[in-house]
Amino acid sequence: MPYQTTVGALRYRFADLKTLLAKASPARSGDYLAGLAAVTYEERMAAKLALAEVPLKRFLDEALIPYEDDEVTRLIVDRHERAAFAPISHLTVGDLRDWLLLDSTDSATLAAVAPGITPEMAAAVSKLMRNQDLILVARKCRVVTAFRNTLGLPGHLAVRLQPNHPTDDVRGIAASMLDGLLYGSGDATVGINPASDSLPTLMRLWQMMDEVRQHFEIPMQSCVLTHVTTQIQAIEAGAPIDLVFQSIAGSEKTNASFGVSLSILREAHEAAQSLKRGTLGDNLMYFETGQGSALSAGGHHGVDQQTCEARAYAVAREFKPLLVNTVVGFIGPEYLYDGKQIIRAGLEDHFCAKLLGLPMGCDVCYTNHAEADQDDMDTLLTLFGAAGINFIMGIPGADDIMLNYQSTSFHDALYLRSVLGLKRAPEFDAWLARMAITEPSGKLREIGRGHHLLQQLPHISGAA
Amino acid sequence: MNEDKTNLTQAEIELAQAEIELAQANPWDELRAHTSARIALGRVGCSLPTREVLKFGLAHAQARDAVHRPLDFGELKQQLKAEGFRTLQVHSNAEDRQTYLLRPDYGRHLHDDCRARLLHELAAPELAIVVADGLSSIAVQRHALPLLLAFRERFASDWANTPVVLAEQGRVAIGDGIGEALRARLVIVLIGERPGLSSPDSLGLYLTYRPRVGCMDSQRNCISNVRPEGLPYAPAAHKLDYLARAALRLQLSGVALKDDSNLQDVAQLPD
Repeated sequence: MPYQTTVGALRYRFADLKTLLAKASPARSGDYLAGLAAVTYEERMAAKLALAEVPLKRFLDEALIPYEDDEVTRLIVDRHERAAFAPISHLTVGDLRDWLLLDSTDSATLAAVAPGITPEMAAAVSKLMRNQDLILVARKCRVVTAFRNTLGLPGHLAVRLQPNHPTDDVRGIAASMLDGLLYGSGDATVGINPASDSLPTLMRLWQMMDEVRQHFEIPMQSCVLTHVTTQIQAIEAGAPIDLVFQSIAGSEKTNASFGVSLSILREAHEAAQSLKRGTLGDNLMYFETGQGSALSAGGHHGVDQQTCEARAYAVAREFKPLLVNTVVGFIGPEYLYDGKQIIRAGLEDHFCAKLLGLPMGCDVCYTNHAEADQDDMDTLLTLFGAAGINFIMGIPGADDIMLNYQSTSFHDALYLRSVLGLKRAPEFDAWLARMAITEPSGKLREIGRGHHLLQQLPHISGAA
Repeated sequence: MNEDKTNLTQAEIELAQAEIELAQANPWDELRAHTSARIALGRVGCSLPTREVLKFGLAHAQARDAVHRPLDFGELKQQLKAEGFRTLQVHSNAEDRQTYLLRPDYGRHLHDDCRARLLHELAAPELAIVVADGLSSIAVQRHALPLLLAFRERFASDWANTPVVLAEQGRVAIGDGIGEALRARLVIVLIGERPGLSSPDSLGLYLTYRPRVGCMDSQRNCISNVRPEGLPYAPAAHKLDYLARAALRLQLSGVALKDDSNLQDVAQLPD
């Protein structure tokens, strides 16, 4: 069905809903690369004006990627809850923005309506929202999850400790892990991106993290970010796996390029559930996403990259994850060119995921060929703190020596806690205090050479 | 002056040290022996000490320069000629660096004019070597020639007629069009890799048997992180020699060609 609007003497016509969404999307290099972006500034605004008039019900009748062709579309349609949708079913996309911003639309209202909102509706309304709108509404959404600690409580911020090493050297990884713990990071998870995919190498990583956790009784969960099928194998081989990780995207074809499908994810989810390792809750999936992956894999079906990204959240919410993380600037300047585009995309992803009921975090990051630097990361980090993000990354000095990109550091997390008064996951926070890493106020203590962790952890990992 | 310093009291020395050490050090710096990660950086309040902020800034500046400073193709050409290599020069469809960054597809395509020129050149006897700027001009400027010399020592071929094609604003796949136009059996692309903060000058080596426009990445073999602090020239040239000989012998490259250069001699490979 075509959509149209008139600006002055000029009539703009958009062939279908996915074209309208693409043309209404804030400018970014990936949509230009795909040939989907608005050609003029006015065309973009015309698309936004037309999009504002589209009834939300329309999204239930016009699939962007055909139901028959794509299991993600089928998931979105089949899981849509009409009863949850009822309170907003009479609204247009423009009305939805207004409704979301009302004082009376509070956390409980948003949680109740989440199963009635499709990813496409979330993406559509985000295109009409300014950055401050994305922050304000996301802040009202509360998504609390638990495994061995509790994440996502109001006024809290967690950190994924990312102790990567270019050759998976266990002592090197343990050194970065120790650095992070002594800086008060690691409550979201300790998650290693391995360089290798060999099972014996990976087994050592899972075992080392689990030994450290048990020895020091740390209320945390660990993860090795390898392919989901390798994790299924590892579970069968007896690996102590807390969280199951996988990169996911918003179309069946893109997921296939990652070597996954809904059924593979279900198999992994069930395998990890059977281990019953969570003590406070059973949220145990950890997903990563990022705008541009669908185009990169040739699986975008003419849908703009931000809408593709939002569709990945339908896959995520099927599995009640502990953590979802948009790796916003990792993909490179052909998808998100500069700091402005990265910041905008990060806020969109966080908003859409929270609106859909996901425990969203962000890898606030960039590569050296993007027009961005640490100042842009500081800006996005601070905005995320205001928006109530569930977690960020913690990497020694913000420099990932394995993946060759820059993210956020343990120091960055301390900065955000300091300026916004954000606390760690309560169980982890209590552990840090018990270990004399932090003062009761949550501030770091001075760590002496004789500290328990410093004395013993290197021995556990064989670093001494 | 010197005399004044030696006459400082102990209290004055301690005061001076305290002023220098505003930053709180971390007593686990010996763990740096196990990783090049930026651990034990110390802190001022909750923030990075000035010294670390500047170190990081310098590393980022070098990585940025690696991406944006144009490769001096003229100088490289002279150096290659001086070593007896037969050189040619081409460019991709990306006219400048910004276009190159925004349109990876342009960087993969050999410009039509260049293709027409290559078709009139003497065919490659066996190999075509492509040296592309990629995402790090520093990597190419520093490591392309020494790597090629190390490889030439090992790999016997008609080197006097083997074309070394310098490709401006090129991505890996530009080697397909170049190799095809020069009728090469095997193309080897030397290219500047995406610079990391601690590694602004990594050279990548990509090897494609029977290069044709439209080859997929799964048809290539890659040797990454070639630089003295990463994979030094000699072992990199050894791997490249192994893969090149194996590819020519087995008549394939990519996922079906495993890099067992550390395990066995190429002569023992099955046909």
